[in-house]
Amino acid sequence: MANDQDQILNDVTSGDYKYGFVTDVETDIIPKGLSEDVVRLISAKKGEPEWMLEFRLKAYRHWLTMEMPHWAHLEVPEIDYQDIIYFAAPRIKNPNSSEEIDPELRETFEKLGIPLNEQKLLSGFAVDAVMDSSSVKTTFSETLSEHGIIFCSMSEAIRNHPDLIKKYLASVVPYTDNFFATLNSAVFSDGSFCYIPKGVRCPMELSTYFRINAANTGQFERTLIIAEADSYVSYLEGCTAPVRDENQLHAAVVEIVALDNAEVKYSTVQNWYPGDKNGKGGIYNFVTKRGICRGKNSKISWTQVETGSAITWKYPSCILLGDNSYGEFNSVAVTNNHQQADTGTKMIHIGKNTRSHIISKGISAGVSNNSYRGLVKVLKGAENARNFSQCDSLLLGDKCGAHTFPYIEVDNPTAIVEHEATTSKIGEDQIFYCNQRGLSTEDAVGLIINGYAKEVLNKLPMEFAVEAQKLLQISLEGSVG
Amino acid sequence: MLKIKDLHANIKGKEILKGINLEINAGEVHAIMGPNGSGKSTLAAVLAGREIFEVTHGEILFNGKNLLELSPENRSREGLFLGFQYPIEIPGVSMVNFMKAAVNEQRKYRGLEPIAPSDFLKLMREKKELVEIDSALTNRSVNEGFSGGEKKKNEIFQMAMLEPKLAILDETDSGLDIDALRIVANGVNKLKRPDNASIVITHYQRLLDYIVPDYVHILYNGKIVKSAGKELALELEEKGYDWIKNGE
Ligand SMILES: Nc1ncnc2c1ncn2[C@@H]1O[C@H](COP(=O)(O)OP(=O)(O)O)[C@@H](O)[C@H]1O
Ligand SMILES: [Mg+2]
Repeated sequence: MANDQDQILNDVTSGDYKYGFVTDVETDIIPKGLSEDVVRLISAKKGEPEWMLEFRLKAYRHWLTMEMPHWAHLEVPEIDYQDIIYFAAPRIKNPNSSEEIDPELRETFEKLGIPLNEQKLLSGFAVDAVMDSSSVKTTFSETLSEHGIIFCSMSEAIRNHPDLIKKYLASVVPYTDNFFATLNSAVFSDGSFCYIPKGVRCPMELSTYFRINAANTGQFERTLIIAEADSYVSYLEGCTAPVRDENQLHAAVVEIVALDNAEVKYSTVQNWYPGDKNGKGGIYNFVTKRGICRGKNSKISWTQVETGSAITWKYPSCILLGDNSYGEFNSVAVTNNHQQADTGTKMIHIGKNTRSHIISKGISAGVSNNSYRGLVKVLKGAENARNFSQCDSLLLGDKCGAHTFPYIEVDNPTAIVEHEATTSKIGEDQIFYCNQRGLSTEDAVGLIINGYAKEVLNKLPMEFAVEAQKLLQISLEGSVG
Repeated sequence: MLKIKDLHANIKGKEILKGINLEINAGEVHAIMGPNGSGKSTLAAVLAGREIFEVTHGEILFNGKNLLELSPENRSREGLFLGFQYPIEIPGVSMVNFMKAAVNEQRKYRGLEPIAPSDFLKLMREKKELVEIDSALTNRSVNEGFSGGEKKKNEIFQMAMLEPKLAILDETDSGLDIDALRIVANGVNKLKRPDNASIVITHYQRLLDYIVPDYVHILYNGKIVKSAGKELALELEEKGYDWIKNGE
């Protein structure tokens, strides 16, 4: 990583959101609004079996009885759920072209750095590319299937692997879980499905790239990862959206199941459109991510770099059920201009000797608000549970806010729970020191920020870490000096 | 190389530099001495472009350019180096990355390509030996957890890496034991060339046993009150600063 630093610094020249373009592709869009009929229509468009529709309807009916939660440290404008389009699928094959994928779509993903052509892809990466409500293409599916690994879109999984879906979907995040998860259960579009069989170490990084394209559309993806006993997988998620004046809703659900001795690493670089400098537009990101370490000695780690979205509401969590299981949460959350983030994790210790580790690095600039919210819960039976949490906040300027809300509930006297927190500012003397060695103020800030976030960035796979470093610097450009 | 004419500077409305005149030519070593609070660090900071100091009057020419018009980073890229009296810590940023970024900025300014990784490592090794700094330090974060002496050596190391035209060393000797002092002085002496110059700010004559200056200036109460050859340092050592103060 050392060698990339200066290249990154040189590369980054403009502070604009680089992914704000719109793809002109024929899209199958249903009318705005939400009703039972719309839920039926989505299910029909996807050609789903009856049991899936039943699940959706159950969720929808339950959702009608719920209210949006207001406990987060966020100011969320009223969302009109009848003013959203719940299904928009780009036409994947252009009838005038012999290619399997519409060249417009292929080009879009290429522009985003995700070539859909297997030869052009980074070696060691398999990608599921999702635009709006549909998966465009999943690469390397065949190579992976030689190992018994299933990596496909959720729609495909519902059709081809109904037994696994019936067994695991909503087993970690039930359809009644929370307002946004319930909404997702009713209207979810596409997302990825991964199944790693017993004893298999997944030979490549699996990743999903989510792209919102159509206007006035919500994205409701659903991802499910199952790691059977003694298996391993590293999974990456990236996302971007066009620049638009109106806000767009993104309400995803991710579920992870890890059985005995299995390990799942889940990394996210979240770069949804954050809105402009005055707070106009941007994605509302309300996401439920949860993993269960069901087996003994299993491990789940969440690593996230959050730079995008106007509003982020997200708490990737681990339920540590199996004895000796381990949960990890590593987060860098940046807010600039008018962005708001309320993010953190929940570690629920149920099994004996369960351990969890939390590192949260918040960076706030502009007039933004950045909150860490974390729950460490140790249940009665969790003998010798251990948790360590480190929550740091870095402030750029004096108009932004940083807040920490740690909740600790311990019901077993043998548990040890430790929490450390710091708040700091980038010193004018640090910047001057860098200036004196020839670095511009922007580059100095980038360097200092990346230093601050290093512990978390180091947890990302190499290629992602480089990307994330650039992003951190870009999202804070213009906020100092 | 450097021409300072009637330089006045304020901090928070209080005048600290009250008319400095100084001329430094290539190949020379100048020592600036003076009691605490006389404005030595302020002069160094003004030369490096620290914004909290406001220049209210005067002119500074650096290799023919108006120094006061240049940003701090461009002064550095023009070849001005400041060894800080109190080096700053930057957690999480490794010395290696920091130096690489710095070296490449200097190169970019001169229209050169970024340095090849192998050349960079070679350069690092060479300069580390020169200042007898060990790899454990350069692999750590910038100045983080360094002892006082290590921080000072690290400043000389950075100077060696950047090969400035004019190096200003602000009390690089203070807080050093004799071994470290010898290493620091040795570094400065080895880097001396006919086409560069240095300003050594010090409180004690001690350093000047190792770095022999061409000129010694005494700064007192924001003004240079006396300039002479190296013998002035010895005189100061003998008589202390009081005769200067009383002489006012
Ligand atoms: N940041 C600052 N704020 C206010 N006064 C300062 C600051 N830095 C220096 N000074 C004042 O400027 C004067 C000269 O300080 P300095 O240049 O550090 O002296 P020296 O390096 O010769 O000991 C002192 O009176 C000091 O108090
Ligand atoms: Mg001083």
